[in-house]
Amino acid sequence: MEYEAVIGLETHVQLKTHTKMWCGCANEYGSEPNTNVCPVCLGLPGALPVPNAEALRKTALTGFLLNCDVPSYAKWDRKNYFYPDNPKNYQLTQLDFPSTVSGCVEFEFGGGVGKVRVNRAHLEEDVGKSFHFSDFSGVDFNRAGVPLLEIVTEPDISSPDMAYEYLNALKSILEYGGVSDCDMEKGQVRCDVNISVRQKGDTELGEKVEIKNMNSFSGVRRAARYEISRQMEVIESGGELVQETRRWDDDAGITDGMRTKEDAHDYRYFPDPDLMPHRPSEEWLAAVREEVVELPLARKRRFMTSFQLPESGAEVLVADARLGDYFEEVSGEGKNPKLVANWVINNLRAKLVETGISIADLKFSSTAIPELVGLVEEGQISSSIAQEIFADMFETGKDPKVIVEEKGLSQMSDSGDLEAFCRDAIEANPGPVDDFRKGKETALNFLKGQVMKASRGKANPQVVGDLLVKILNG
Amino acid sequence: MPNSLTIHRLIERLNSGDVTSRQATEACLNRIQSIDRELNAFIGFDSEEALTQADVADKTRANGGEGALLGVPIAIKDAIAVKDHPLNCASKILGDFVSPYDATVIRKLRNAGAIVFGRVNMDEFAMGSSTENSSHGPSRNPWNIKHIPGGSSGGSAVAVAADECVASLGSDTGGSIRQPAALCGCVGLKPTYGRVSRYGLVAFASSLDQIGPLTKDVRDSATMLQVIAGVDDRDSTSVSEAVPDYSSNLTGDVKGLRIGLPREYQVDGLDSEVKDSVNSAVECLAERGAEIIEISLPHTEYAIATYYIIATAEASANLARFEGVRYGARVNGSDPQEMNSKTRGIGFGEEVKRRIILGTYVLSSGYYDAYYLRAQKVRTLIREDYLKAFEEVDLIASPTTPTPAFKIGEKVDDPLQMYLSDIFTISCNLAGLCGISIPCGFSKHGLPIGLQLQGRPFGEPDLLRCAHTYEQATDWRNKKPKLD
Amino acid sequence: MNVDLSRVVRLARIELTSEEEHRISPQLAAVLRYVEKLKELNVEGVEPTAHAVPLENVLREDELRVSLTQEEALSNAPKTVNGLFVVPKIVE
Repeated sequence: MEYEAVIGLETHVQLKTHTKMWCGCANEYGSEPNTNVCPVCLGLPGALPVPNAEALRKTALTGFLLNCDVPSYAKWDRKNYFYPDNPKNYQLTQLDFPSTVSGCVEFEFGGGVGKVRVNRAHLEEDVGKSFHFSDFSGVDFNRAGVPLLEIVTEPDISSPDMAYEYLNALKSILEYGGVSDCDMEKGQVRCDVNISVRQKGDTELGEKVEIKNMNSFSGVRRAARYEISRQMEVIESGGELVQETRRWDDDAGITDGMRTKEDAHDYRYFPDPDLMPHRPSEEWLAAVREEVVELPLARKRRFMTSFQLPESGAEVLVADARLGDYFEEVSGEGKNPKLVANWVINNLRAKLVETGISIADLKFSSTAIPELVGLVEEGQISSSIAQEIFADMFETGKDPKVIVEEKGLSQMSDSGDLEAFCRDAIEANPGPVDDFRKGKETALNFLKGQVMKASRGKANPQVVGDLLVKILNG
Repeated sequence: MPNSLTIHRLIERLNSGDVTSRQATEACLNRIQSIDRELNAFIGFDSEEALTQADVADKTRANGGEGALLGVPIAIKDAIAVKDHPLNCASKILGDFVSPYDATVIRKLRNAGAIVFGRVNMDEFAMGSSTENSSHGPSRNPWNIKHIPGGSSGGSAVAVAADECVASLGSDTGGSIRQPAALCGCVGLKPTYGRVSRYGLVAFASSLDQIGPLTKDVRDSATMLQVIAGVDDRDSTSVSEAVPDYSSNLTGDVKGLRIGLPREYQVDGLDSEVKDSVNSAVECLAERGAEIIEISLPHTEYAIATYYIIATAEASANLARFEGVRYGARVNGSDPQEMNSKTRGIGFGEEVKRRIILGTYVLSSGYYDAYYLRAQKVRTLIREDYLKAFEEVDLIASPTTPTPAFKIGEKVDDPLQMYLSDIFTISCNLAGLCGISIPCGFSKHGLPIGLQLQGRPFGEPDLLRCAHTYEQATDWRNKKPKLD
Repeated sequence: MNVDLSRVVRLARIELTSEEEHRISPQLAAVLRYVEKLKELNVEGVEPTAHAVPLENVLREDELRVSLTQEEALSNAPKTVNGLFVVPKIVE
């Protein structure tokens, strides 16, 4: 019997805002416990929520980035359940009128393009964080009330690898759009996985198993792999699958059923009376639309076609959006974007990493790298001199031409000047000269190196080679 | 004694130097000392802090400072957060909770110079019509201590009627300001929903709750509303509509004002003395030039059912935060669930439990459409009834309550009967209107009777003008309960 | 009117004594019988009202406000350890 997996993902992403969803407390990771809290996010009696406009803007922006519709009416609902990390014991969320609906994510997968439809991306609030000790638990509410976007896919994912690639694509879209930092270490992205298996060709879905609260994409892939084979085994052995919630045990590499009470899921949703509906106006939507950026996949393709960059280079520039932006900025006028890209990817990136300086703080102007590339192309400087100039301009912010001038680094091509260097080298190295005359071609390279050294790299190697041969044979 | 003065008389005397705020505050404290053992209006107060505030007010006044309430002692319902003071909602579940913040209305009172003193009694979490559901014990009606003072803002009404304070704040979800004001013989105003910020009012039913003043006359009501009204960036449901000058509108003139009498308010169980008093009041207004028009509010009979579904549903979620994790009187359990259930089982009084259970039920899977959603739709019909009526009339007049105050203990075992007594006040909250209760007579047993006027959303100027005209035409406000 | 009180009190997290259960059960049934009244009305096509005043787009700009100190935040807590609110061990 052949089986196929049907996977849907619910991804919770913390939005990048200064403050929380309903109050002016900082949306900040890593503070001392219970210091970014106030009557509102602690659920003190009498406190009321007021929605953060920026969170709504970022939600609509995400909608546009995920090709969603942004409906003209959205409202808030209370989802009622008791949990120590849930300060009001209801979570504010969007049940039937979410801020964005019906989109899709496209990404490279299996040599082609994978497509996963997005049912909705709705805004809700995060809960506090629990810490478990030997005989009690403790709760920190700093995270409570942080704006959380829940992105729900249709069950379009057919394999654990596809789930993995979808998640990576989603993450880079959200990072690109500036809506979330998606920092996994800080728990900014969490995932619920819905998995069922069915016989290939069946149209009906099997019993759905939900694996809750995954915090790594590779974990999602491993858990999905495990769960699919578990479900297939159950069916094969004549057992029956039940709809349930399971937990992934990463150490053991298995999922196991969670102890759930029969009516734990009666959330008693109802419209929140403290919050008014949101009806985005055309102007509001237009302002959000202005912030829409090109998505990574589209950008990569454009880099490859418009600038003739190799795939690997384009990927580097797409993965680091700011580096990509910089490349676009400086290559705009340049004649050879491919070479500019090489400088950006190899030299600039290494230097930024090495020094910890950010692109915004670069001292040299945006014309400097193309200028440097031009000097090498025109043969005015050698590529090793170019390295030296780059280090200098990174340090001082001076233009490459200025540095060449000041340090007298311009390449020596005049044979009159170079002849003296060549004669010195021949005189000082009788051994290699002898070797060359005996037919050992590589000895010429040694002599060439000596000349280059003596000229402090300024000599044009081509001219030096020709001159040495001429003298030695002459 | 200054404690028996209205706000505007006290302000006059404070300004003239006849009396100091310290003396006024001391007079209130002395009054509480001498009669509150019997009335049980106050849950707690801090005499020293009150007197310190009074001294500051006196100094401010001496230095030429002003404020609409400068030096006026105001009592606060125990459902409104006052920084560094206990907040209990007359419930055991809050334990020794002390509020780390001020409600917006408290901030506004302070800005106006008021002496914010004393927490007054109420039905637990504002759930009740008699102030019998209080962990602090029932409050008593100053006109006859065997009778209830009404509720849920019973303490607020008693404190004002018995001159234990100059004015007070209450909250009104289905009549909780107007009904006790009627039963205690003072003025109680429920502003239009959204007129006054709810930030810092412990929520019972968020879409119905509104804070309002209880005062000794209508002018004071206008003054208090002036201070507490206005949009608040901490309450999404507060409305940015401009706040008019309420006091300058008290012209004593009702000529041409159209007052509606709803046909459907002729209910069974309407006490004949109440009916007669209200009829006389309406006649009095007619004599002064108001036009009396019979109107129809066809969905009136569905208001109580609608209210008890919506209010309890909202309450079931609003009160979920009281579970012993972050504050309040925790009862230990082996896991959080057990801890929550025991804490709530022991901490909440029976009426609160009843309502949370009802609210949970009407929202639960399989019942939502039949109860909650249907009630929300009927709420629309009720609201539309009113909006239609307000095309024909400016105000709607009725009794505030079907009967004068009943005896303590009379209805405790029959919650439904208790709910039915809210018939005249509940629709006002469902429709988001403004309403006021003012004294309009006494029963033969000497218990006060209230006239209710309801106005269209943000129709407080007409409401106050009409109430003031009637009040000035009669002498009810000058009658005081004999307590000494 | 039969109400599965045990299911509802579990959802509401309220532990009732058996006396309370016996008292509340019929009271609840009476109230539910009373509210059946609403079924007399035809509400087809009627929009539900969730708010008494029609407002929309009430928003706050993304600006920081002063938070409570940890001491203030924990001041009402029944039990704390190292800045955390302590609860009985959460068993999932």
